[in-house]
Amino acid sequence: MTITINHFLVVSFLLFSIGLLGVLVRRNFLTVLMSVELMLNAVNLNLIAFSRRLSDLTGQVFSVFVITIAAGEAAIGLALTISLFRQRRTLNVEDASSMQG
Amino acid sequence: MRDLLWLVPAFPLAGFLVNGLVYLFSHRTSGAPHPPADQAAAESSEAAGHPHAHVHLETEPKWKTLHTIVGTGSVALSGIFAFGAILDLGIPALSHGAHHLLTLWRWIPLGVNQATGQVPGPLGEWFVDMALSLDSLSALMIAFVTFVGFLIHVYSVGYMGHDAGYGRYFAYLNLFMFSMLTLVLAANFLLMFVGWEGVGLCSYLLIGYDYHKKFAADAGKKAFVVNRIGDFGFILGIFGVFALFGTLDFGKVFAAAASNPAAYAPWMTLVCLCLFLGAAGKSAQVPLHVWLPDAMAGPTPVSALIHAATMVTAGVYMVARCNVLFRLSPDALLVVAIVGGFTALFAATIGLVQNDIKKVLAYSTVSQLGYMFLACGVGAFVAGMFHVLTHAFFKACLFLGSGSVIHALGGEQDLRRMGGLARKIPVTYATFLTATFAIAGVPLLAGFFSKDAILAAVFEAHFRQAPWLPKLLWMAALFTAGLTAFYMFRLVSLAFYGTFRGTAEQAAHVHESPKSMTVPLIVLAFLSVVGGWIGIPIIRGGDRIGRFLSPIVPALAGARAEEHAAPVSLEVALMAASVAVAMIGLLLAYLWYAKGEGRVPARLAERFPALYRVVANKYYVDEAYDALFVEGLAKSGGRFLWEVDATVVDLIPNGAAAATRGAAWLSHFFDKYFVDGAVNGVADSLQGGFRLLRRAQTGRVQNYALVMGAGLFCIVAVYLIFR
Repeated sequence: MTITINHFLVVSFLLFSIGLLGVLVRRNFLTVLMSVELMLNAVNLNLIAFSRRLSDLTGQVFSVFVITIAAGEAAIGLALTISLFRQRRTLNVEDASSMQG
Repeated sequence: MRDLLWLVPAFPLAGFLVNGLVYLFSHRTSGAPHPPADQAAAESSEAAGHPHAHVHLETEPKWKTLHTIVGTGSVALSGIFAFGAILDLGIPALSHGAHHLLTLWRWIPLGVNQATGQVPGPLGEWFVDMALSLDSLSALMIAFVTFVGFLIHVYSVGYMGHDAGYGRYFAYLNLFMFSMLTLVLAANFLLMFVGWEGVGLCSYLLIGYDYHKKFAADAGKKAFVVNRIGDFGFILGIFGVFALFGTLDFGKVFAAAASNPAAYAPWMTLVCLCLFLGAAGKSAQVPLHVWLPDAMAGPTPVSALIHAATMVTAGVYMVARCNVLFRLSPDALLVVAIVGGFTALFAATIGLVQNDIKKVLAYSTVSQLGYMFLACGVGAFVAGMFHVLTHAFFKACLFLGSGSVIHALGGEQDLRRMGGLARKIPVTYATFLTATFAIAGVPLLAGFFSKDAILAAVFEAHFRQAPWLPKLLWMAALFTAGLTAFYMFRLVSLAFYGTFRGTAEQAAHVHESPKSMTVPLIVLAFLSVVGGWIGIPIIRGGDRIGRFLSPIVPALAGARAEEHAAPVSLEVALMAASVAVAMIGLLLAYLWYAKGEGRVPARLAERFPALYRVVANKYYVDEAYDALFVEGLAKSGGRFLWEVDATVVDLIPNGAAAATRGAAWLSHFFDKYFVDGAVNGVADSLQGGFRLLRRAQTGRVQNYALVMGAGLFCIVAVYLIFR
């Protein structure tokens, strides 16, 4: 059995869906962050698969960019996590609702 | 030069803007408790050692110099251009009716009715121009307003030198000059009204200059409110003029009125009385006189400029300007004469017993303004304007002199704590005495000629409605002249003669004022002497001011001849009477207050305690107004109306009451279910609608992300299905 682009896309879709679900339903801020990372990496997988399929390096370059941004996002996210915990003594995202209109 | 007339009001306006903006800027930066670091550094390097911590800062020297130069310089330039324009037209030409109308721009164009093509108003297209007019009357006014104004600005440099609000003061004073010059140069009623309101505003601002003192702030408000009553009358008069003539231009209105008197005469009484109400408010005539004495809460140069020399004479100017209208209505003139004569006497009696040096002068001003209106009332508009001119000189001198006294005593205004100042402040004393003699009517001084012109005009006047009135008014005016001499010399005696009655500290502090204050005093004292020489009666050709104003105050058919027919012997006799009365007043005041140390008046006050109390309390006019308008209408008035209501309702028969109740029930029903229903329905539906929207705003990021994801899903789904 050869591995076609469809396999990659299914894995990528599953990863993205798991990440999205995690972002939407998990209550722990850290878990939400990790889910976001999962979504980003699902996108990376997608990009690289198409890069390989189309023999175009643009997709791989893009995934390198995404990894860089993801590193920044992780740093900011962890900083937010720490300051949120210091303020509220909790990491439950449902308690962080002070922007409510 | 005549086309540069607009510069006359423009310079003070520019001065106001510069002074005001510079003051705002410099005051804020230096007065702030914590100025920004770079500014603080810059300021401390410029004004090393200046006490920044102190709240009542003196203005910084560089700004103060600027305020001084701009404040006085703008008025000086204005005066130069005023005199330039007058000389360009030429005094002989002006007295032969030459005038210059400078239309700057069309101010309020109402134009032609676009639909019908018709022009509104009986005199064609209606518009109001921003137009200035220079004729002999406005020439006289701008000449003395700029001149006296300049002197008082110079005086203020010395008097207000230590004041924290130096720039604010000069900004207001320049704004006042602008408004006053607009008022006198206006070529139509509406522009005059603009100046009229402008001077009222500046008066308010300057009376309440020390706004942190409650009495000053209150006095400002009082002046403003009382003036509103007068302005209400003035604007009604303007409406009346427009309704009758279809234009507000002075030239057109007066020409129309003069050419067809019979057509306008029936309505003139109403219009003129409205205009006179405005004049009475601005010029503090009974019953609207109450604001002027309180206005003395302002700085003394302000009292001299606004509340003695210029603004308060605006009413007289307006009446003289509208003399053509007033002469169409003998009834209105009668009212003017009676109000003027009564005010003159009324205020003079109050002036007799005041102990505040400025209050005496304030009542004196009210009294003299009454004199001017008396002159206008008997048709002697020239004599009224003549007195405006001479009064500006000697009253400004008196006020500035009193300011010099107050300055010397470190703020003391009570005559009972003065005395013996003649030797210590000789320049002030000499000028004050000169002006006192001028106002008292000592022969050959300014006040003598103008007052004499008024007295002669009153004596020779005749009213068809009340033939006995002129003689009565003349006696009142003559008696007032005596009272004037008396209270003025009482003032001089109490302040300058005898022994000093203040504290030792004050005695040590007494000093002559700086040059910037004494020089204006000397100039004004000089003018108080010679100012009247332009209107010498008896001598042929002596009445120069009469000839100068003759284009504006045209001779009445017949009346003029009668005036000239008055025999010289009668004039001399009248003159002798007024001189005798003035001398008696002066002598009595000297004997009672300078020699007798005030024993005789004290005994008189003891003998007639009730009378003294009434006069000393200014006839309780303020208290009456307080009870009538303030307490009566504003507070107990509500209760009074409630009582009336209850009584009236009780008197209504039962049937009517039942009908009312039935109607009320119906109305209530309708109100509850229809009106309220509609209102509540709208509110409820809105509330319901927005409750849903509000619920969407949870503040939880995950909810937002969910919506975002759902939206993306929908868009992709739509794209996939319909592509």
